[in-house]
Amino acid sequence: MSNRKIKEKGIESLLFASGAVTVVALLLLCIFLFRDGYLLFDNYPVSSFLTDTKWYPTADPEHFGLLPLFLGSVIVTIGAVLFSVPLGIATAIYISELANPKIANILKPVTEILAGIPSVVYGFFGLVVLVPFVQNTLKLPTGQTALTGSIMLGIMALPTIISMSEDAISSVPRALKEGSLALGSTKWQTIYKVTAPAALSGISAAVMLGIGRAIGETMTVMMVTGNSAVIPGFPSGLFAPVRTMTATIALEMGEVPQGSDHFHALFAIGSVLFITTFIINIVANYIKRRYRFNL
Amino acid sequence: MFSNAKINEKIAFALLKIATGMVVAFVLVILYYIVSNGYSAINLEFITSMPRNRMTEGGIFPAIMGTMYLIVGSMAIAMPLGILSAIYLTEYAKPGKTTWAIEMAISNLAGTPSVVFGLFGLAMFVKYLNIGASILSASLTLALLILPVIIRASQEALLTVPKDYRDASLALGVTKWETIRRVVLPSAIPGMITGAILSIGRVAGETAPILLTGAAYFLPRLPDSVYSQFMALPYHLYVLATSGTNIAQTRPLQYGTALILLLIVLCVNLVAVTIRSHYKNKIKR
Repeated sequence: MSNRKIKEKGIESLLFASGAVTVVALLLLCIFLFRDGYLLFDNYPVSSFLTDTKWYPTADPEHFGLLPLFLGSVIVTIGAVLFSVPLGIATAIYISELANPKIANILKPVTEILAGIPSVVYGFFGLVVLVPFVQNTLKLPTGQTALTGSIMLGIMALPTIISMSEDAISSVPRALKEGSLALGSTKWQTIYKVTAPAALSGISAAVMLGIGRAIGETMTVMMVTGNSAVIPGFPSGLFAPVRTMTATIALEMGEVPQGSDHFHALFAIGSVLFITTFIINIVANYIKRRYRFNL
Repeated sequence: MFSNAKINEKIAFALLKIATGMVVAFVLVILYYIVSNGYSAINLEFITSMPRNRMTEGGIFPAIMGTMYLIVGSMAIAMPLGILSAIYLTEYAKPGKTTWAIEMAISNLAGTPSVVFGLFGLAMFVKYLNIGASILSASLTLALLILPVIIRASQEALLTVPKDYRDASLALGVTKWETIRRVVLPSAIPGMITGAILSIGRVAGETAPILLTGAAYFLPRLPDSVYSQFMALPYHLYVLATSGTNIAQTRPLQYGTALILLLIVLCVNLVAVTIRSHYKNKIKR
């Protein structure tokens, strides 16, 4: 009997240890990321990192300005949101409220294919198809622009936004919708005055997670945005090349000597990126929990 | 008034349909471009031979094998860990600070950009633990990246097992672990496998993390140990498409590589979805 108990206890401890791995991993991730990032500030002031408008890591003197890269990420992400949020929510509404169940059952896996395509394949497609298309259609000197990145990122964020919004919309109690219809509202009035507001928290969480995905995406933006580190104007910056934080890390890490200021600057950029997505995740989770339907 | 509302409805529904049509069109256009341009590049030689002549000819065999190694390596690490964590969280954990911390760590790891995992893998595995740029470093990094996916899928699978099963077994005097092992796990395993298979797709397609932890630009042989560098499909595609020796001339190779990568990922997802729906039908019966 006591032997059995010891075994049970042992197994519980092992399971707990496995569960704790994620916490340890997250802590280690923070430590290693922040430590290497912090080392930059031994030789380069924090204030310059945060306010310098130039990213010239190999010039003399070096400039490690966060701003052009941060704003590069922001403009590409804003573009992606403007593109994917209306499209994603509309598709979610169509799938969950209008389409007949048979068609909805086909549409769902089709939109999920978008989630399965690897980012480098999106990047490749963007490079060979969308870049020349944008260049020719808008008569730009180059098709590698923030806009191109936004469109590709928007497409990549679609499956997240669609599937989560759809969950939110279908979890709205039927009684609410039927009540509205019984009062003589049309189906559309019911959708936008009753269903959509009731699902708003879930939809907002979906949008936040979509933003998180877009800001953290690397390969696609790196292949289609041209990667020039200048502070983008808005909206004119959409039609010019930009460089995001993620692309900078991936592009430059291969060429920097380990332990140099430039190496540490890339970790500092990584830390900013991590903190940004961390905040976005917390907000998304908060929205989802705070306003969940209590049935 | 009434007819106005009807007209609005017609317009709104038309717009919703157009939006959905656009999304479907994106899927079809992307698949069409890759498949129609890629399939002529694919033949037995392409899959089984080494790249030649500075990667302007020949095949992608080492890249396919590299991706396979990564899948095996990262799954071997992440799958047991993920399943055990999920068992702890669904069967043992009581609401409290510890459980909250674990849940929070999982959702934040899930939202962390893959390039940040790459930086972490570089700082911890490659440099600090001195494993070097290698299959092992990259597999460990990818394992952390997919851990949240596997945990979440396994949790969901465990939650679908009815509570009655557990109660019945416990009432017979069976211990908690024996109950989990003999009653809960057998019903939850298909769901867990589905989650694991879906994360294979992730591993095969991720580029940024392996770029920082061991993927080689060009390595015309197979790696000889877990401490070697390696070629991998997604990085190979990136290299060919952006910095190869002759980008325009190697277009067919690029489409071919993209198609192989896409086929692996989509087949894997298809298998996962099939298992899931098969399993769902079984439960309904």
